[in-house]
Amino acid sequence: LDAVSEQTLWLMAVRDRQDRQAFVNLFDYFAPRLKGMFIKSGLSAARAEDIIQDTMLNVWRKAHLFDPHRAQATSWIYRIARNRHIDVLRRENRPLPEELKIEDQPAEDASQIVALEMETEKLRSALMRLRPEQRELVEKAYLGELSHSDIQAETGLPLGTIKSRIRLGMERLRHEMKANTAS
Amino acid sequence: MTSIRHHIPEDILASYVSGSLSYAFSLIVASHISLCKDCRARLETHEAVGGGLLEATKPAPVSADLLDNVLGALDAPFEAPRTFARQGPLPGPVVEALGGKPPVWRSLGMGIGQCVLQRSKNQSVRLLSIPPGQAVPDHGHRGLELTLVLKGAFSDETGHFGVGDLEVADEHLEHTPMALEGETCICLAATDARLKFNAFVPRMLQPVLGI
Ligand SMILES: [Zn+2]
Ligand SMILES: [Zn+2]
Repeated sequence: LDAVSEQTLWLMAVRDRQDRQAFVNLFDYFAPRLKGMFIKSGLSAARAEDIIQDTMLNVWRKAHLFDPHRAQATSWIYRIARNRHIDVLRRENRPLPEELKIEDQPAEDASQIVALEMETEKLRSALMRLRPEQRELVEKAYLGELSHSDIQAETGLPLGTIKSRIRLGMERLRHEMKANTAS
Repeated sequence: MTSIRHHIPEDILASYVSGSLSYAFSLIVASHISLCKDCRARLETHEAVGGGLLEATKPAPVSADLLDNVLGALDAPFEAPRTFARQGPLPGPVVEALGGKPPVWRSLGMGIGQCVLQRSKNQSVRLLSIPPGQAVPDHGHRGLELTLVLKGAFSDETGHFGVGDLEVADEHLEHTPMALEGETCICLAATDARLKFNAFVPRMLQPVLGI
């Protein structure tokens, strides 16, 4: 698992062994970035830190649901933070899809994890290559300040391959679930 | 599981991702994703972009005591928020909207039943139960209407909709959805404006039914 990001490895350590040092590493890496993101979206420092505290607690409590075949740690933590952020802004619990969960984690399929990391890496570098005004557009859309009609068309981000990677991860999960119920 | 052919349009999924979609439509999106691995993968793709943006954000230092507060809370007892699993044809988000209880159907006449999940001035979302072969009165739309099939199937002027399929109707569509023979059709339907019924009787009943 050399090619896997250290953030994803930390999150797996939290998931598998409640590893506190790995959790502190995640906090040190993500808390300041989350704060930067929330402040950019217009939150006060105090409110931002409230949401970060909830987010990191949820990372600890929900780690058993983390599946590296479908998401990198960064995407997964972004989801938790954004869902919390949206609920706080809207003062209601926005409906969320059912979680895909499995009783016993199937064995890790390193090649699928690494392939997803690589696709995500391509997406990251495409994000970095955007002109500053384009990236600002994408940021605003993801912070809910802009309706994102066709970000893909406007920016040419390579979303297709990563989507099929994620789907593959889910297919695999589905097969494992079938195998589990059959046995 | 049937194969789903009608998915969430990109602009609606994007509004859901950014948190700007109303509760009623968000419930439809979350329910469709609970049934559709394609759209779940699309949602998770958006989250990968969000993750990329997060990673690229310039870090802002956090207060010195934030980490200690979080670590101190890790072992504190907490009540896990209740999660709602699928119940029969009803996906988790719908079961949650019902508070875990079975739906209470109210008759709309013609054998059609409804169970309102939320209604406000600007939006409503409800379950509809339509007997086999029965049509919903012909109507137009003042805004957006999303209909997700949870059980059975219906067809209208635009096509055939089976379990998991999502129909998007707007001002430009007038239709008469009809449940297919053989099985009661259960749908989750959300609108952001009142429907326009063409026949007099449903129009008269509208204030009573709250459609
Ligand atoms: Zn779909
Ligand atoms: Zn309609």
